[in-house]
Amino acid sequence: MVDIISAKSLGSNDIKIEGAVGEPFCDDAKMSMRNVDVFYGDNQAIHDISFDLEKNQVTALIGPSGCGKSTFLRCLNRMNDLIPICNVKGSLQLDGEEIYGKQMDPVLLRARVGMVFQKPNPFPKSIYENVAYGPKIHGLATDKAELDEIVETSLIKAGLFNEVKDRLDSPGTGLSGGQQQRLCIARTIAVSPEVILMDEPASALDPIATAVIEELIHELKEKYTIAIVTHSMQQAARVSQKTAYFHLGQLVEMGDTKQIFTNPSHELTENYISGRFG
Amino acid sequence: MTKAVNESLPTSAVTEKIKLSLTKRHRSEMMFKSTGLAAVVLGFILVFVLLFDITSKALPAFHQHWVQLEVDFSEDNLRYSEGISLEDLRYRSTLRKAIANQFPDVKSRRDKRKLYGLYSTNAEFAIKDFLIANPNTLDTIQNIWVRVDDDVDIYLKETTSLGEPLVRVDVKEAQWIKSLVETGRIDKRFNIEFFTSSDSREPELAGVRGALTGTMLTMLVTLALSFPLGVAAALYLEEFAPKNKWTDMIEVNINNLAAVPSIIFGLLGLAVIINIFGLPRSAPLVGGIVLTLMTLPTIIIASRASIKAVPPSIREAATGLGASKIQTTFSHVLPMAMPGILTGTIIGMAQALGETAPLLMIGMVAFIVDVPASITDASTVMPVQIFLWADSPERGFLAKTSAAILVLLGFLFLMNASAAYLRRRFESK
Ligand SMILES: Nc1ncnc2c1ncn2[C@@H]1O[C@H](COP(=O)(O)OP(=O)(O)OP(=O)(O)O)[C@@H](O)[C@H]1O
Ligand SMILES: [Mg+2]
Repeated sequence: MVDIISAKSLGSNDIKIEGAVGEPFCDDAKMSMRNVDVFYGDNQAIHDISFDLEKNQVTALIGPSGCGKSTFLRCLNRMNDLIPICNVKGSLQLDGEEIYGKQMDPVLLRARVGMVFQKPNPFPKSIYENVAYGPKIHGLATDKAELDEIVETSLIKAGLFNEVKDRLDSPGTGLSGGQQQRLCIARTIAVSPEVILMDEPASALDPIATAVIEELIHELKEKYTIAIVTHSMQQAARVSQKTAYFHLGQLVEMGDTKQIFTNPSHELTENYISGRFG
Repeated sequence: MTKAVNESLPTSAVTEKIKLSLTKRHRSEMMFKSTGLAAVVLGFILVFVLLFDITSKALPAFHQHWVQLEVDFSEDNLRYSEGISLEDLRYRSTLRKAIANQFPDVKSRRDKRKLYGLYSTNAEFAIKDFLIANPNTLDTIQNIWVRVDDDVDIYLKETTSLGEPLVRVDVKEAQWIKSLVETGRIDKRFNIEFFTSSDSREPELAGVRGALTGTMLTMLVTLALSFPLGVAAALYLEEFAPKNKWTDMIEVNINNLAAVPSIIFGLLGLAVIINIFGLPRSAPLVGGIVLTLMTLPTIIIASRASIKAVPPSIREAATGLGASKIQTTFSHVLPMAMPGILTGTIIGMAQALGETAPLLMIGMVAFIVDVPASITDASTVMPVQIFLWADSPERGFLAKTSAAILVLLGFLFLMNASAAYLRRRFESK
């Protein structure tokens, strides 16, 4: 297998991945993925991955750079549709509905499954407009006062409100990198999606802002289901209940976060979380 | 490689090496900067020379000499009697009498005819209009200002500035003109008629209003057709169309279309729009359609480039929030691409503004005295007017040609300024 050969560069030449170990499935699944393959042209980025995202839980996706975490996350709300060469195979379901099925309207899907991207990407519009855009297009607010309310609470939850409350009309692109990321988080939660996908939401944040975001994630999981990609083991351990370890496009191990971090079953997982590579 | 160099040398030697390369790098930067500056300065000088040349040639056209006539509106002179309309009186002979009165010494028929030639052919109508506007001046003597003939006008303008003029004014005529000047009957006035009247065979009467109106109407039609069509085509090709053989072929053909000589579009307009669809000849509507064909490729190419330049992350952001394709396109992609689209549009419009050849083909070259009132009236446009005047033998049209070029440049400047203003508004958002 090609991926095993290239894994040699990571110092894992003898270790084989034969299906995921741990407990990838659960009874109370919000989203369930079975035998998912993703191709960029001829290049396969995801190999036969199956697992569940449990309802009202935070699932952390960890793994070395380039192992396909972002690619996988983007399948969950069909953002990969925007990449013409990207091809998704297998079954992905949201509440039992096939995501790539004919019945599924991708516009509705993306309103239900929101996403915070790896790179902050605010619209070149005002801060207010950035947050208000989602509620506006989905008709979530009946009047201006209600919209103001949504914008304010979203910004407060994302820990940005105090910094920007006096300049809601200034452009979102004029904020610092970390502020932009929090603006994007506020923008995503403003439409109250059922599932929130976060791709390294705290990569550009200082410890204080990170704590705010982690607090937000705790709060959100009461109502929402969350998947978060992170490179910080500590963060994964702090915020998540479940952890999935990806390696070269394959799911190596998945299970309770505590279990994974204290007593991983697979050698690759152990190497990764103990910092031996990746 | 670099690693080996870094390790083998002490730090100071590395710094030395960098310093060495720095002087070279700075030198090439200086070279580049000065070349660029030289190009800009050269461009400025050329534009300045052009403007200076045209302006100095155009200036005479903005003034016109008038001559005062003492006109005797007696009933006798006009052959007026009860019941005859003021329209039908003998104005020509009245005018001639007034002229002859100014020069009682001129007796021979030939000299008299020469004398009459010093006054604009329009003078007859000027006194007629005066009387019709002021009927109570019937049977009185009035001082009326009328235009001088174009040759006299040039003679007067050039004697003041250049000394010896090269115009068709002989010694006798020069003496008459001199006596008129000395008695204070000649006056130099701002030539407002240049902007308020249309083309004429007589240089002293010709103005740009008709051509300017024609240009405005034609440009309006061009803009109204080419901007929405071009932007829609670009948006469709960039955002919605599948990428396949067909869209590749369309792209190649649009690029080819941009390179087609404009006169071909004129032939197409003549053959299809006028002959098959039966739209009126010489009309701004047809001119606008022909120029649209010419402008479309420019707008499409520029719009596609600027739509392509919108970062994909913006599309992802909007799509990720659940915006539909149309919403993403119109509320994020299009506004961000707008400055570039406007630049392309203004380039296309500026091209269309100066276009002559295709408009000749569809008959906008006709001699038209009326100001067009709608896009289906026969009219001409500024560049064609310039072409016509430049081609006229009368010397009076020389200055008019330059003045019309100035007006055209002014129009272009206004168009560019409004595009720049719009672009600024979109960029600041
Ligand atoms: N748009 C794309 N076109 C082609 N290949 C891609 C594209 N995006 C990702 N890939 C490939 O897919 C693989 C997985 O990429 P992905 O971005 O999912 O990694 P990741 O796990 O998110 O890494 P990181 O932690 O660095 O963000 C990589 O080998 C990458 O080269
Ligand atoms: Mg990633």
